[in-house]
Amino acid sequence: MKGIEVKNVSKAFGKVNALRDVSVTFEKEKIYGLLGRNGAGKSTLFNVITNRIFPDEGMVFIDGETSAGNDSALQKIFMMSEKNYYPETMRLSEVIRWTREFYPDFDTEYARELAGRFGLDLRKKVKGLSTGYGSIFKIILTLSSNADYLLFDEPILGLDANHRDMFYKILLEKYSQNPCTVVLSTHLIEEVSGVIEDVVIIRQGEILKQASQEELLANAFVITGNAAEVDRFTEGKKILGTESLGGFKTVYLSEFVEKSSLPSGLELSKMDLQKYFIQLTNHEGGEMA
Amino acid sequence: MEIRFEDEKPIFLQIAEQIEDGILSGAFCEETQIPSTTEISVGYKINPATALKGINLLVDSGIVYKKRGVGMFVASGAAKKIMEKRRKEFYQKYIIKVTGEAKKLQLTQKELTEMIERGYKG
Repeated sequence: MKGIEVKNVSKAFGKVNALRDVSVTFEKEKIYGLLGRNGAGKSTLFNVITNRIFPDEGMVFIDGETSAGNDSALQKIFMMSEKNYYPETMRLSEVIRWTREFYPDFDTEYARELAGRFGLDLRKKVKGLSTGYGSIFKIILTLSSNADYLLFDEPILGLDANHRDMFYKILLEKYSQNPCTVVLSTHLIEEVSGVIEDVVIIRQGEILKQASQEELLANAFVITGNAAEVDRFTEGKKILGTESLGGFKTVYLSEFVEKSSLPSGLELSKMDLQKYFIQLTNHEGGEMA
Repeated sequence: MEIRFEDEKPIFLQIAEQIEDGILSGAFCEETQIPSTTEISVGYKINPATALKGINLLVDSGIVYKKRGVGMFVASGAAKKIMEKRRKEFYQKYIIKVTGEAKKLQLTQKELTEMIERGYKG
């Protein structure tokens, strides 16, 4: 099948289980959000997919082929890593030249155009870049690679509001003209929620959810009101989390609630992705759905 | 025009309503082209699938139509159609809310009517 398939992957670093029996699929030509708190295993998952680290168990398939040691399959993926792996003293234009060696479809002209739009001077050396421009440069390489699968690990690190805005717009422009699979790994959920179609939520090395955002939020509701009444109504329902303020209580539910079933005095509202994520991945309180 | 991501209303519905608003206000005249899915997606920073869903809603209700190879156009009579639809929704969407709040505040029917008259003049 087309797409990236991660099957039953586990990876431990010493005593830390970075990934635990992870199975997840990234389909062709969709934009995904890989959401998790810091240290949840997002980068490890990307590194396993791109064969930079080897899983203890499990396999990764790219368009049906196993990725391990398979250069032609790995060439279909471009990963923008959070870290910088380019030699410090290399000029950006040289990095571009080298990248083209590994990605034959790399569009140098487009990379130059993007550098111009972001105001990045390609004569600069890698070590001369600020955190923000380091991210911008890696974004440019990723978008220009023309690979089928673009993995972005915390792409907006250090970017100011204007550059973040530009990044999302350019990404959508590129995706509209030339559909590819995009995976945005981030813990800044509010910003990406409009851009992503499907959501993968990871916590402590485990995949908690994989679904379309629409589907996920169609079954996520917030009930607020008098604590005793809220408790009575939500008893036996799938509770993600609760918050109390005096006699006032808020309960986050991960199931569909019919508006007409709600007793008067209680309020029903929908959850946005950020709220859902916080409730689902909170360590304190709340049960896993 | 702005999308409110934290809004209860799904984004595709907001897109459809804002295009309707554009048609009602005359920003998009009948038989003229509306922005493409890509333009909407990039402009609002939303997934193209969401933008398409919003536009398809307008296609289904006959407010815009597709010209093959060119793009989406406002149908003739679209403004009238939108107005009729919104008039039908007006009671449910606005009046119920207003009278509900008025009752809560113990405003009399007369006081409310006076306010509505003032609103018309203002």
